[in-house]
Amino acid sequence: MTRILTRTEAEDFLYAEARMLDEWRLEEWAALFTEDGEYLVPPNDNPDGDPAKTLFLIFDDHHRLRERARRLLKRTAHAEFPRSRVRHMVANVEVEAGEGDLQRIRSNFVVYRSRGEGMEIYPGHAIHDVRHVEGQIRIRRKRAVIDTDSLRLQKRISIII
Amino acid sequence: MTYIVDDRENGRFRVNREVFTDAEIYRAEREKIFERCWLYLGHTSEVSKPGSYISREVAGKPLVMTRDKGGQLHVFYNTCTHRGALVCRERSGSQPTFLCPYHAWSFDLQGKLVKMPGPEAMSPACNADGSLDLRPVERMEEFKGFVFICFDPGVMPLVDYLGDAADYLAYVADQGPEGMEIVGGTQEYAADANWKLLQENSVDGYHGAPTHVTYLEYLRSRDGAEGVANMKPGQGFGWVKNLGNGHAVSESIGTIPWGRPYARWVPGWGEEARVEVEALQAEIMERLGPERGEVVSQGDRNMIIFPNLVVNDIMAVTVRTFHSPEPGKMVINSWALAPVGESPTSRERRLRNFLEFLGPAGFATPDDVEMLELAQKGYRNGGWNDCSRGMLSDTKTKTDELQLRTFWRRWNQLMTGGAEGELVGP
Repeated sequence: MTRILTRTEAEDFLYAEARMLDEWRLEEWAALFTEDGEYLVPPNDNPDGDPAKTLFLIFDDHHRLRERARRLLKRTAHAEFPRSRVRHMVANVEVEAGEGDLQRIRSNFVVYRSRGEGMEIYPGHAIHDVRHVEGQIRIRRKRAVIDTDSLRLQKRISIII
Repeated sequence: MTYIVDDRENGRFRVNREVFTDAEIYRAEREKIFERCWLYLGHTSEVSKPGSYISREVAGKPLVMTRDKGGQLHVFYNTCTHRGALVCRERSGSQPTFLCPYHAWSFDLQGKLVKMPGPEAMSPACNADGSLDLRPVERMEEFKGFVFICFDPGVMPLVDYLGDAADYLAYVADQGPEGMEIVGGTQEYAADANWKLLQENSVDGYHGAPTHVTYLEYLRSRDGAEGVANMKPGQGFGWVKNLGNGHAVSESIGTIPWGRPYARWVPGWGEEARVEVEALQAEIMERLGPERGEVVSQGDRNMIIFPNLVVNDIMAVTVRTFHSPEPGKMVINSWALAPVGESPTSRERRLRNFLEFLGPAGFATPDDVEMLELAQKGYRNGGWNDCSRGMLSDTKTKTDELQLRTFWRRWNQLMTGGAEGELVGP
């Protein structure tokens, strides 16, 4: 029987994740996932969709999310070279029991991305399904839902949300 | 102003960069291209059930496509004939009528005005001529499930307009034994660049290796080095064709390193998938015969249909359309097209494969968008683009630029009223 996370523990975890992303410690971020970890961003017009049946924006298995992190650190990842400045704000954190040994952390976020002449704002909410692995919190599945009707304003998702 | 220089003798082809930035050219192309050409609206599978509809903008105009109770397709301008409000505010759905939210006029799926509050205040004959029914778009035709509209009532039939591109749309349509459908989920994104830059980019093989080096590294990390070694900057392979009326295709058969859900297996999919992918391939070969089967299942094709449709049949099939609300910006909509009745495992493999490259969060498309935005910024310096690659050679490969010239020759001909003969060239 796994001990339920307190809200403070969940917040500490999400804040640490946010800081890794803001500081471009992306390989550390990828290491937060379990060996069967997944990172998902559903399409704006079907936020509740199933990635096996719906065209998502991101549907990363563990290999791909690790490669996403590695790719973004290269000079040849042109969309992020020079790197954008990124700031993740996390709020409204709630913890509930998940399936099996998983616990579900719900949160709201706003991510700011600034580069060159523009700034993009990604408001949304995230569901982290996590489990304890050797005493550490690990992400089995992160689903980040961008709460806008389209990406007309954000244009693209070249950072990690 | 000269838009293009097409020096066939000396093998130089240049495009004036003002065509990407100038407000007057932008206004002129709205009138001479977007008001005159067939434009992709959507796919019949998006309104497969009687009583269903989709609403979307085509070249900035809000339209609604319906399938009425009898199964007939209709496309209307999405604006109330009374005082103009949008009558349909949802992206898709199913309902017997559209109720204008402003004064509650309602219209059926055939566009007929069926009800208004307080009709006694109107002349009894007010709609005798149908002028208060939803206005149908001037022309609408369908080819193999692809629905196009045109704002010019006098335009040539769609199939004539498509020219040889029709054969290529048929290759895509032939993948599924029961036809093809749009998978749910729209990727609607944007770029700070003129729409024509994406048309060039979508069919340009020359940028593949340098722009997408990180994508190729991803493939190598998953599938090994073998296939990826074929893709080197500037290395010509495959061929490109002028398909008439400004349409073009860049094509190769079997030489590209990525997997195709229908049906080219790669190691990263695992041995279990191999059995299914080989069975899919066998079905296509049996149904279409070895020659056409090979082209349909192993051919990687980037196709542009003039002016603003891309159908890329690569690591998945994407349908992409876009327009510029102002010269330096564009809005892009893209979808995945997949065989009707595809197995759940194959569908999932297809969607994963789509996203490894394509879309606003793929491993390649964001870098494409970056290049378009860098070019748009570079155009602040004025000058000319060069699209001369392969002009003096008899064979044109995917890393040549005949496909770009094909687009530009048609664009220039429509903008300047030039002769049709200009469309065919090296």
